[in-house]
Amino acid sequence: MPGTSKSSFPKTLTGISGLDEVTNGGFPTGRPVLICGSAGCGKTLFAAQFIVKGITDFNENGVIMTFEETAKDLAKNVRSLGFDLEDLQKKKKLRMDYVRIERSEIEETGEYDLEALFIRLNHAIDSVNAKRVVIDTIESLFSGIENTGILRAEIRRLFAWLKEKGVTTIITGERGENTLTRQGLEEYVSDCVILLDFRVIEQIATRRLRIVKYRGSTHGTNEYPFLIDDKGISVFPVTSLKLSYSSSDKIISTGLPALDRMYSKGGIYKGSSVLITGVAGTAKTTLASYFAQGAYKRKENVLFFSFEESPDQLARNLAEVGINFRSMIKSGRLHIHASRPSLQGLESHLLSLYKLIEELNPSTVIVDPISSLITIGSDLEVRGMLIRLLDTLKLKQVNSVLTSLTHIKRIEKDNTVHAVSSLADTWIDLSYELVNGQRQRELQIVKTRGMGHVANNQEFSISNKGFTFKKTTRK
Amino acid sequence: MKSTSSKKKIWQLRLYIAGQTPKSVLALKNINKYCKEHLEGQYSIEIVDLLKSPQLADGDQIFAIPTLVRKVPEPIRKIIGDLSNEEKVLVGLNIRPLSK
Repeated sequence: MPGTSKSSFPKTLTGISGLDEVTNGGFPTGRPVLICGSAGCGKTLFAAQFIVKGITDFNENGVIMTFEETAKDLAKNVRSLGFDLEDLQKKKKLRMDYVRIERSEIEETGEYDLEALFIRLNHAIDSVNAKRVVIDTIESLFSGIENTGILRAEIRRLFAWLKEKGVTTIITGERGENTLTRQGLEEYVSDCVILLDFRVIEQIATRRLRIVKYRGSTHGTNEYPFLIDDKGISVFPVTSLKLSYSSSDKIISTGLPALDRMYSKGGIYKGSSVLITGVAGTAKTTLASYFAQGAYKRKENVLFFSFEESPDQLARNLAEVGINFRSMIKSGRLHIHASRPSLQGLESHLLSLYKLIEELNPSTVIVDPISSLITIGSDLEVRGMLIRLLDTLKLKQVNSVLTSLTHIKRIEKDNTVHAVSSLADTWIDLSYELVNGQRQRELQIVKTRGMGHVANNQEFSISNKGFTFKKTTRK
Repeated sequence: MKSTSSKKKIWQLRLYIAGQTPKSVLALKNINKYCKEHLEGQYSIEIVDLLKSPQLADGDQIFAIPTLVRKVPEPIRKIIGDLSNEEKVLVGLNIRPLSK
C-alpha cells in the first residue's frame, strides 16, 4: 500500500502533484475525504484525477458514482486533462455509475432506506475490485428526496459503510453560505476535509487549496495555489522545500573564459545558481547569454526564460556582440520561452517553467529578468516562487542564471535582490561609471560559495566580439 | 365502451427489494392487497431482489428500498417506501378504483 508518512495510519498517495507533499503522504487509506468548494472550483476534476492516477500510477482501481453528470459528460469534461475514462472502463479498471433521481416521477410513502444505493456502490466496487471511490455530489440527493431525516441517517450510514469496506473515498460537496457544505456533510466526514477556492485578485485568477482538517496527521496549514491545465491538477509547492539535495563537485565553465579565471577553481560548480544584478544597460542579458553559449558548446540543452524581449529581438541584439543565438535555436538545444510577466499569475509562470524543464531536460536555465516578476506579485510571493524554482533546479542539478534589474546603486537595499541574493551561490554585479563621457564598465563578483574569487572590480568593454576585460585577471 | 377498455388495460409493476426486510415484506403485502382490490386480472407484479441481482439496480435508477416501479402503462412512475398510504399509491400509480 502506498504511503510515505510518519503518522500512525497508512496513507494513499493521491497522484495529484504537490498534494501528497502538503498532506505528508496523501489521504488516509480506507477513509472518506471531503472536498468542498463553490461551483467551478475544480472539485470534480480533483476527484477524477485521484481515480485516474490511482489506476495508472498506483494500480488501484476505482469507482466514480455521479449524481449530477452522466458518465459520458464527465468523461468528456476530463478529457481536456488527458484522462480517458472510457478506455479505463473498457479495461475494467474503472466503473462509473450515474444515479439519476427525477423527483417528478417519484412518490414517497412510508418507510424506506437507501439500501439500493449501497448495493449499487458495492456492486461497482466489487466488479473492478476498487480501492478508490468518488461520490460526486451526494448532496444532490437532498433535492430528490423529501424525507431529509431518512436521508441524513442514510448518509451517515453510507460513510460508516465505506470505512468498513476499506475504500479510500472522495466525497464532494458544494460550499454553503456559512458552512463548508450546504448540507453540513462535514459533520459526517471527520477525518480529512479539504477546501478549494477560486478567486480573482487584481485580474489574475488563482485557485487555492486548504486542508481544513486532517485528523491524526500533520499537514500544511497554508493556502496552497493550484493549477488545472492539460496535464491535470498541480498543487504548489510541487516539490517539498528541503535542503536535501546533493552538491556537485564538478566545475563547469561560465561560458566566458575570462570570467572562469576569476574563480579560484576556474569556473563554477555544476548545478549552482548565479545571480547577475545591475542597473539598466549594464549588459546583464549579454552576460547571462554567455552561460547559455557555454552550455551549448558542451552540447547541453538550455532553457532561456525571457520576460522582456522576444526570441527574435534577443537573437538580433546578441548577434551584435558576437553571440549567435539563431544557430543555437536552430540546433534545437536552445529554447527561448518569451512571455510577459503580467500575462499569467506567478504560479502559472512557475508551472510553465516546470513543464519546460521536464520536457527539455536543460542543463542550464536562465530567467531574464526576475525583477519583472515583482510587477505581478509581492516580494514575499516572488521570493517564495524563486525559492521553489531554485530548489527544483538544484534537485535536478541544473545550473540557473537569474538576472535582476536594480534601480539604485546600493544593491543590498534593492527588494528583488534582497529577496534572492541569499539563495544564489554566486552573485555577480555589473555596473558602469561615466569617465570623460565614456562608459567604464565594471564587473564584480560579490560572493560565491565554496571557492575563492577575485575581490576587486574588473573593468571590461563590450564590442562586436563580446566582453573584453581590460586587465589580465589573476588566478 | 368504457368498462371494457379499462379491463383490457394492463399494469406491469416491479417491486425492488433487498432481502426480506420488514419494509420490503410490508410493501409487497400492501401492493398485493391494492392490486387485488382495484386491478383484479389486470396486473402483474415482478419482484426483484437486489441482493440476488445487484446489476439490475441501475437500469431503473433505483436508489431506495423498497421501490415500486410502474413499467406499464407509461410513463414510468416510482413509489418509494413501504406503500402504507393507499391513497398515495393509487394516485401515484394512476389507478382509479373500479368500484366507484
